[in-house]
Amino acid sequence: MLEIKNLHANIEGKEILKGIDLIVKPGEVHAIMGPNGSGKSTLASVLAGRDIFEVTDGSVSFLGKDILDLPPEDRARMGMFLGFQYPVEIPGVSMVNFMKAAINEHRKYNNLDPLSASDFLKLMREKKEIVEITSTLTNRSVNEGFSGGEKKKNEIFQMAMLDPKLAILDETDSGLDIDALRIVASGVNKLRTQHNATIVITHYQRLLDHIVPDFVHVLYKGRIVKSSGKELALELEEKGYEWIKEQY
Amino acid sequence: MTKLETLQHELLDLFTSNKETITGQDAPLLNEFRASAFDDFKRLGIPTKKHENYKYTNLESYLTGPEYSYELAPLNFEVNLDDLFHCDIPELATRIALVLNGFYYKHNRPVDLPEGVILCGLAEASREYPELIKKHYGKYAKAENDSLVALNTMFAQDGVFLYIPKNVVLDTPIQIINIAFSLMDLRITRRNLIIVEDSAQGSVLFCDHTLCGKSFITNSLTEIYVGENTNFDLTRLQNENGNSTQISNTFIHQEGNSNLTTNTLSLHGGLIRNNTYAKLNGENSYNNTYGLFLSDGNQHMSTFTNIHHAKPHCTSDQLVKGILNDTSTGAFNGKIYVDKGAIKTEAYQRNNNILLSKTAKMNTKPQLEIYNDDVKCSHGATIGQLDTNALFYIRSRGIVYEEARHLLMYAFANEVIGKIKLEALRERMIDMVDRRLRGELGACENCKIIHN
Repeated sequence: MLEIKNLHANIEGKEILKGIDLIVKPGEVHAIMGPNGSGKSTLASVLAGRDIFEVTDGSVSFLGKDILDLPPEDRARMGMFLGFQYPVEIPGVSMVNFMKAAINEHRKYNNLDPLSASDFLKLMREKKEIVEITSTLTNRSVNEGFSGGEKKKNEIFQMAMLDPKLAILDETDSGLDIDALRIVASGVNKLRTQHNATIVITHYQRLLDHIVPDFVHVLYKGRIVKSSGKELALELEEKGYEWIKEQY
Repeated sequence: MTKLETLQHELLDLFTSNKETITGQDAPLLNEFRASAFDDFKRLGIPTKKHENYKYTNLESYLTGPEYSYELAPLNFEVNLDDLFHCDIPELATRIALVLNGFYYKHNRPVDLPEGVILCGLAEASREYPELIKKHYGKYAKAENDSLVALNTMFAQDGVFLYIPKNVVLDTPIQIINIAFSLMDLRITRRNLIIVEDSAQGSVLFCDHTLCGKSFITNSLTEIYVGENTNFDLTRLQNENGNSTQISNTFIHQEGNSNLTTNTLSLHGGLIRNNTYAKLNGENSYNNTYGLFLSDGNQHMSTFTNIHHAKPHCTSDQLVKGILNDTSTGAFNGKIYVDKGAIKTEAYQRNNNILLSKTAKMNTKPQLEIYNDDVKCSHGATIGQLDTNALFYIRSRGIVYEEARHLLMYAFANEVIGKIKLEALRERMIDMVDRRLRGELGACENCKIIHN
């Protein structure tokens, strides 16, 4: 589904990613861990197509297609979803209009007619339940005035609405209390199928108690320095990142 | 002689040599003001960029130039209102009056109005309702301080007169369509007077349109008096061709416990300059001055406000937002003036602007003059670009770049349009701004408006 080869990326001339290799297959959950500043969020942004990063070498293929020259919206409509570490507040754009526009852009891309108003509202209702959003989103602007937990739930809600093939969740656990973490994680688990895949980027192991990964990778200084099964996360939790830093 | 001085002399000559025609239009009370206005205009001259209030608005290139003709009497030509407009907003369709090149159109259909409400041309009002004219005309707009007011007063012959008597509530708005239409480039003078007596309510929508591609220079002036316990809204839609220049002065006088809102949406034009002066002359009154402008090409859109708190316990709120593209320029010059005795004043002002191009330019200048300690005032101004984080966020959900940009611009503009109280009007304005932002014709589909 996703094949990253020797990916290098810069921001303002400074190299952040220094040769990433990663293969993700349908049905898999990959966790990417690592100390602060190792390049985790950069990797997520580069995959989603943020143009402040410059890819200097390597390739990324998604569903067999080289995506590095594609704008973010094309990657999204192919089925990639980025859950933001810091969801952006957009005053004046209501959640309903935002989601309606997004859903219909996806449908247009797939040669489908726009959803009817009632079908759309029905879909909203269903998907809100997955992340236990009880408030009405109708009159609320995107993320504006949302608490930290609400913002993260809103990311998973959007993911549920858009039904991506590959979800990249960037520090979805940061700033969550234990209840919100449980809700967010169970939301992600409900959306898992054998046809889609998830990359969970996290600093801590605690999220991985809820979203159990098939593979754990350690990113350090712009490279994946260690890959293993889920037991690696526990080892990191116990020993911290110092031994990684010493080794690499 | 500078170009503006030459123009000043031409206009003085135009007046002198046509004095008989201008004063002969049977609007006797308007004539009484002309001689002193002539002297004021002669003394003051047309403001140059050296004038503090016109520092960022260069009138020279807009007011001078090709030869403009001047209509000294209403054209005797008939238009079919139905051909021009089918206003499809039921709430607005019933009360429409047309003003053609500054003259109240004589074939306007009779409008069904509550008893005592008067809607007619200003010239007619000066003959039929001299007491009202005497009491209010030229009382709020003072020619001696402002040459463009003087110029308007010199040439003013007609426009709209609206009178809402005591205790009368006008539930649906009156729509005034100001049309510029000519076979030659034309100067237009328009003069409106609105009187809202104690405990009355009403709202007016002004739509300013050009119906052809000719160049127009419009000097428009509106005086509004609202008495005690009144509620009045003025919404203005300015949608003129790119060759046109509009200088629009609004002078508002508010008595106690009054609530007045102006909302000016400048969608298209060559140069648009909106000056709003409000005097809060009675306790516990509220004034809201809102504006939105969208400029591109080399348009210039400029807003000047002067909110004068003369009495205690009044509140004013100003919000002006602009989106500028290409090489267009804009200016906001917002003044709050609080008198010594006007304690417990609350006065707020905000101006936010988005520049879509590297070559667009915005100047913004808040001015607060406060002469007592017991006030709450705030002001803020921003000039920025579309939020790149928000753009990426929206695009990451599959929404294409153009649409993402549109969503953000629309959200930005919506704060101002959202202030329009009447839902049907608000939705129409939302639709028009939406289409304007998409670069489509920014006119009502049913209006045959020409843009260049």
